[in-house]
Amino acid sequence: MNTDPWIFGFSAVTVIATIWMGFRSARASKTAGDFFVAGRSVSVGWNASAISGEYLSAASFMGVAGMVMSSGYDALWYPVCYACGYLFLLLFIAGPLRRFGAYTIPDFAEGRFDSPLFRKIAVVFVLCIGFVYTMPQMKGAGTTLAYIFPGLPYWAGVVLVGAVITLNVALGGMKGITLIQAVQYWIKMFAIAAPVFVLMAVYGSYGKQLGGNAAVAAEIQASKAVVRSETPSDLPQPAGETLRRALPAKAPPDASWMNPFGPLTTKAAKAAKVVDPRPYSLLYTYSLIVALVCGTAGLPHILVRFYTNPDGVAAKRTTMWVMILIGVFYVFPPVFGVMGRNLMPDLYEGVGSKGTDKVVLELPRLLNERMPGLGSVMSGITCAGAFAAFMSTFSGLLVSMTGALAHDVYGRMLRPKATAAERMRMFRFAAVGVGAVAVFLGMQVEQFQINFMVGQAFAIAAASYFPFLFLSAWWPGMTMKGAASGMLGGGVTAVLAISMTSFSDLGWVPLASFWIAHPLLRILGEQPAIWAVPLAIFLMVLVSKLTAREIPTDIRMKMLVLHAPEELGLKQEYIQEHQHGH
Amino acid sequence: MNKDTPLPITSGIHSEAFLKRLMRRQLRLSVSCALTFLLVLLGLPLLNYFAPELMARRVGGFTLSWLVLGVLFFPFVWAIAWVFIRRSIALEQEEVVDGLAAEKALCESRETKQP
Repeated sequence: MNTDPWIFGFSAVTVIATIWMGFRSARASKTAGDFFVAGRSVSVGWNASAISGEYLSAASFMGVAGMVMSSGYDALWYPVCYACGYLFLLLFIAGPLRRFGAYTIPDFAEGRFDSPLFRKIAVVFVLCIGFVYTMPQMKGAGTTLAYIFPGLPYWAGVVLVGAVITLNVALGGMKGITLIQAVQYWIKMFAIAAPVFVLMAVYGSYGKQLGGNAAVAAEIQASKAVVRSETPSDLPQPAGETLRRALPAKAPPDASWMNPFGPLTTKAAKAAKVVDPRPYSLLYTYSLIVALVCGTAGLPHILVRFYTNPDGVAAKRTTMWVMILIGVFYVFPPVFGVMGRNLMPDLYEGVGSKGTDKVVLELPRLLNERMPGLGSVMSGITCAGAFAAFMSTFSGLLVSMTGALAHDVYGRMLRPKATAAERMRMFRFAAVGVGAVAVFLGMQVEQFQINFMVGQAFAIAAASYFPFLFLSAWWPGMTMKGAASGMLGGGVTAVLAISMTSFSDLGWVPLASFWIAHPLLRILGEQPAIWAVPLAIFLMVLVSKLTAREIPTDIRMKMLVLHAPEELGLKQEYIQEHQHGH
Repeated sequence: MNKDTPLPITSGIHSEAFLKRLMRRQLRLSVSCALTFLLVLLGLPLLNYFAPELMARRVGGFTLSWLVLGVLFFPFVWAIAWVFIRRSIALEQEEVVDGLAAEKALCESRETKQP
């Protein structure tokens, strides 16, 4: 199988256009201040597209489809909770943080508690979660390149994409410019929706495709009969073609794929040969929901864009559009998973980058057998969307992590007296360093599913950022020590629990038999949010109560700034007071 | 506002009472929206668990549960977001009116004390 010129062409155009646009706008706006001020004139529509563009990563674009194909119903929680988490962000966190004017989590950590030390702790967490979150993006990159250039090993794809994006960031392109992010949203939306409609027109609708997975054999027969009779006779029909092709032995059977509590959530209990795995499965499902909803609400880089609205009302209208834009998007990836199961079941046999994670890329190519050329064009479009997805997310992460290293670690901790030129040089070194580590990590994770890894990054964010942001915004009694111990306690135990299960799957630690013997612990280790989030909240409340004397003295003013309408002008007053040395 | 005249604050936007009221009203709105949403989100696994036959019933190829989670859930979230945004904009306008009125009352009470 050689490289398809259409697929290569679409992907190359996306990459080159993104880099070119990045450098063009980077020249137009030189400083971070320029970027934010310029952003304030952005209209609601552009801004909503830009936020959505930043939001949809390789996990949304490729991972959801791959996981729905491999695990069925249970994987639907991912897209739903990615969208719902945004609602939580809107309900509890976005408003207060916007009024407070903190651009990043470290900014908020320092401003809310007047504590440079806490800023440092927050920076460490930004880096940790950032690295966990880059791994699935790298897996997406490696998978896509291995698909475009058959024969190219997975690691080479990761290195190539990682190097290109890192260089791009280090040289100053890709600063998260509104225009690029907005255009990338529409590329992703078009790339996921157009092939779905063409595929459905040719092979049958979403419902019909799902109907092919009837649990009862009789239903399969019935639906097949329906499909046969409805197939337009003018289309060339390959001999023996039915709604679905034979499933390989590795594919989960219909009943467990189609219904809740399937292979994803029962794996641990099945491995332990538990008589009734369903209670374990229910626990897994709830822990997953907590991780995804709270984790999304704790994702800091999304908040930045709330400031690019001219006022609070515009910010809220933007949010409404974001909910609609990402909600519409998330209807489509599962369709790929469902169709992939019926039409391209060979992917179940593949491992790593040859597995179900590439269903979005490869499935449209099937159209070639009906209309030569159409499949290649459609597959090229989804590849372009995949590039847009992992490039935007990886660049965004790289910029924020490099910024944290160069600005906070180097500029504030190591050498506070560094000149602007030295900082700029440090930014480049840091970008290369962070990019290299991300590439190295990405090379290790070929066997994990993209979506699964993002879920784990979210679990860590849920156990650290979310309780911190939520309580800091709504509870005046919080102290710096309380916030720090909760973040560290919840975050570190969640990281440990996740590492122990993932390292065991990679064969780095010999825990496999232990996990089989203790399915409950395995579930709680793989999906720690259900205990880690309450643990973090408990620690925050307990330690804050014990150190109640250390509540910031101007806490009432801080809470007013967080909650009072911007029109009352409390923010300006607060800034003035702070400049007077309070 | 002049910082150099530290008058005992009775009401006004800097008072504890104003802040408490402000946060309580905002939290009540956010929590009631969140509860509506959590009821459905957390109730669905329970329905799947206790009424599997009902949730596996076929609706145009979909199982009921798949239709709810994979398609209908998104419009439901939009509805909650829409209600929340509308109410919170209204609430914020009320708060501005409230805050300005409280400040005005405070100034008047100061003027009567310091002729």
